[in-house]
Amino acid sequence: MSVTPTSPDSIIPRLKAETLSTLIKKGVRADGRGLEDFRELKIITNYLPKADGSALVKLGDTQVLVGVKLELGSPYPDTPEEGVLVVSAEFVPTASPAFEPGPPDENAIELARVIDRVLREYGVIDVSKLVIVPGRRVWVIWIDIYVLDHGGNLIDASAIATLAALLTTKIPKYTVTENESIQIDKSSHAGSLPVVRKALTVTVGKLSDSLIVDPTIEEEKVVTAKLVVGVGEDGAIAGLQKSGDGYLTLQEVEKAIELALRKGSELLSKVTEFLKTLEAASTESAEVSSVEEGGSSRNSSNA
Amino acid sequence: MRGEKPRLVSEDGIRHDGRRLDELRTIKMEVSILSNASGSAYVEFGKTRVIAAVYGPREPPQRYMVLPHRAVLRCRYHMAPFSTDERKNPAPSRREIEISKVIREALEPVVVSEAFPRTSIDIFIEVISADGGTRTAALNAASLALADAGIPMRDLVAAVAVGKVNGYLVLDIDQVEDSYGEADMPVAMAPSLNMVTLLQLNGVLTPQEFSQALSMAFRGINEIYRLQKETLRNKYLVKVE
Amino acid sequence: MSTQTEQKVERVLVAPGDKLAEGDYRILTPTTAYRVGNSYYSSVVGLLELNTQEKSLKVIPLKGSYYPRVGDVVVGIVSDVGLTNWELDIRAPFPGILYAVDYLGRAINPSKENLKDFLDVGDVVVGKIEVFDRTRNPIISTKGKEFGKVVGGALAEINPVKVPRLIGKKGSMQSLIESETNCKLVIGNNGRVLILCEDKQYEDIVVRAIRKIEVEAHISGLTDRVKEFILVEKVRRGLVGNERRET
Repeated sequence: MSVTPTSPDSIIPRLKAETLSTLIKKGVRADGRGLEDFRELKIITNYLPKADGSALVKLGDTQVLVGVKLELGSPYPDTPEEGVLVVSAEFVPTASPAFEPGPPDENAIELARVIDRVLREYGVIDVSKLVIVPGRRVWVIWIDIYVLDHGGNLIDASAIATLAALLTTKIPKYTVTENESIQIDKSSHAGSLPVVRKALTVTVGKLSDSLIVDPTIEEEKVVTAKLVVGVGEDGAIAGLQKSGDGYLTLQEVEKAIELALRKGSELLSKVTEFLKTLEAASTESAEVSSVEEGGSSRNSSNA
Repeated sequence: MRGEKPRLVSEDGIRHDGRRLDELRTIKMEVSILSNASGSAYVEFGKTRVIAAVYGPREPPQRYMVLPHRAVLRCRYHMAPFSTDERKNPAPSRREIEISKVIREALEPVVVSEAFPRTSIDIFIEVISADGGTRTAALNAASLALADAGIPMRDLVAAVAVGKVNGYLVLDIDQVEDSYGEADMPVAMAPSLNMVTLLQLNGVLTPQEFSQALSMAFRGINEIYRLQKETLRNKYLVKVE
Repeated sequence: MSTQTEQKVERVLVAPGDKLAEGDYRILTPTTAYRVGNSYYSSVVGLLELNTQEKSLKVIPLKGSYYPRVGDVVVGIVSDVGLTNWELDIRAPFPGILYAVDYLGRAINPSKENLKDFLDVGDVVVGKIEVFDRTRNPIISTKGKEFGKVVGGALAEINPVKVPRLIGKKGSMQSLIESETNCKLVIGNNGRVLILCEDKQYEDIVVRAIRKIEVEAHISGLTDRVKEFILVEKVRRGLVGNERRET
C-alpha cells in the first residue's frame, strides 16, 4: 500500500523553502547553478573486482554504485531466444536517515522499474546475443543498483551508473559440453556485453512554477512533481514517469520533455566521451577518471 | 513486444477489435456499489473491470501514519488472482507496488486533504478482470469513489492510455495491443484545472509522436471525465414515485 | 406550504471540478467550494445555491462523513473506559473524550471507583462537543439537562450531511415527525438519531421516515412527501383508523 510520506525527514523549514523558491524564480539555485545545470559528475568504472561490470557514480553528493553480474539461467518461455534482464535497487541504510533496512520500498521499486523500462524498451542491450543454448540456457544480467548516499536525483545518477556499468561489463568465457552442461571461466572473458544503443534518464523537477534539472536533496523537498524522461541517443523519448505528489500542466510537460531531451543528449555525449578516453587508456585494473559537468555550463536559451 | 508482431491495425486504421484509432472501448461506470465503504465505484473498459472503495477520513491504524496538518492518503492497487489469463499470485508484486504509488500521487493534487488533519483516507482498488489499461481504469474508479464518499476534491481525475501499435497511435489500448505494441503511455488529468497528475511511458516515442499521443490522450480524458460526471449526477437524478 | 420554506435561490446539482461562477462571490461553504483566480469550482457532488444578489454561493454536499465541530450535539457510544475518562465513538475519525469530572460533576478517585459502574462499553450518551482544536481528540460535555446517558428508545443513523434536512428549516421537519408520531427525536450532528416514542410501534415508522429523508434529501417537496409517508404507514399498521384526520 502506498501512503503519503509522513517521515519528519520530509519536512523542510519554511524559510529555507522560501529562499529556494525566491532564488529559483531569479534563475539561480542555492548552490550557484543555473536551472538547467547538472552538478559535477564523476564516474569510476570497474570499481568492483568481483562483478562482471560495475560503476560508481558521484553526482554532487549523491553516490550510486551499480554492480552487474552475469549468471546462467533459463529464458522466459515467451522469449526463448533472448537473454534475461533483471534490475533491482537497494536504498542502503547508509545513504540517508530516512532509509530503513528491509525489503525495497515503493521508491526503490519505482527507481528500478523506471530504469528497467528504459533499458528494455530502448533496446540498450541486444538480448538476442545472450543466448547460449537456444530455448534453454541464456545469460541472466543482474543489475543491482546500490544507492550509497542520497544527495538527490537518485534516478538519473542510477541511470548513468547503470549505463557505465553495462558498457564495461564483460561476458565470462564459457564452454558448452556435449550434454549441454556449461562451464564458466570467470578468469577470462569472451567479449563485452552487447550494448548497442545508449540511453539514460533526465529528471525535471517542478519548483514554484520553474523547471529545474538534477535537484539536490534539499530541492527535492520543495519540488512538488518530477518528470523522469528516458533519453535515447537518437533523441527519442525512451520512457516517462511522473513522480511526486504534485502535478504538471500540459505546457509544463512539453517544456520538461524538451529540456530533458536537450540535457540528456549533452549528458550522453559526456558519458560516452569519458568511456572512450577510458578505453584508450585501457588497463586491466580499476580505472579512476572523471567527467565534469556543472560549474562551467551555460544557461541554455530556449527553456 | 516479443516474437512475431501480428497485424493489429488495418491499413484503413481499423483496430483488431473494430475500433477506430481514437476510439475508446465501451465504458461502464457506477458509483455506490458497496454498502460498507464511505464511497465506491465500478468501472469497466471493455474486458477490464475494476472496483474501488474509499474509507475515511478515519483514524489511521498506526499512529506514525499521521500528519498534523492534513490527511494522509493510503492507496492500494491490487489484482485479483482470477483477473489474468494465468492465475496471479495474490501477494503484491513490484508492479502493483509501483502502480499503487503512481495512482496515489495522481490523486494527491486533487484531494483537499488539508480539511482533515490527523486522519487517513484509504483507497482500495481491486482489478477483477485485467485486459489492458488497468491502472487508468483503476484511477477513474478511485476518483469516482472519492467523490462518492463526499471527500472534497478540486477536480475529478480522468485517465486513459495511448499506445503505439504497428506504428499507429491508438487510444485506450487493450491487452493484445499492449503486449504486441511498441509503446504504452498512461495519462491522467484533472481537466478543469489543466493538471497532468499521472504520466508514464513504457516504450519509445519520438518527440512528435509524443505530442500527438498527448493530445490524443487529452481528448479521451475529456470524454471519460464527462462520463464520470454524468455517473455521479445520475445517482441523484432519481425519480420519486 | 412546504415550497414556501424552500429558498428562492435555484439549486443545481454539481460535481467536483464543475465551474460554479465567475467574478466576486463569497464562499459560504469553504470545504465544498473553492476559488482559482476569478473562477469558483465545486469540490463535491452537491447542490449549488448561487445567490447572485448577495454575491454568495454555497455547495451543500449530498454525502460525506462526520468531522467534529465545537458546539455540535453528538450521540456517542462508549467504546473504551479509562481511569478518569471514557472514549466515545462519535462516527468521526477521532474518539470523543468524556471526562468523569464532567459527567459526574465531581472529582473521582480512580483507586476507589470504577468508571464502568457509571458508563460501560456500549452505553449511549448524548453530549456536546466542547473543545476541539484538531490537535487532540474532541472533548465532549454532558452538562445540561438534555444531555447524558440514554436509557430506552431506538437509534437510527443518517448520513451526517443530511442532518440539516432532517431538522428542516427552523426545525420544521423534526417537529412534523414528532407531532405526527408522538415521538421525540434527539438529532446528533454526527448523524445518529435517538428516537423516543410513547408508543413503541411508531419507532419503526420514524426510522423509515429518516431513511426516506436520507435518500430524497435533494429532491424538493420533501416535507409533503414525508408527511404523506407517515400517514400511509400509520394506516397500514392500523394506528389510525376511523379517526383519520384530514390532511
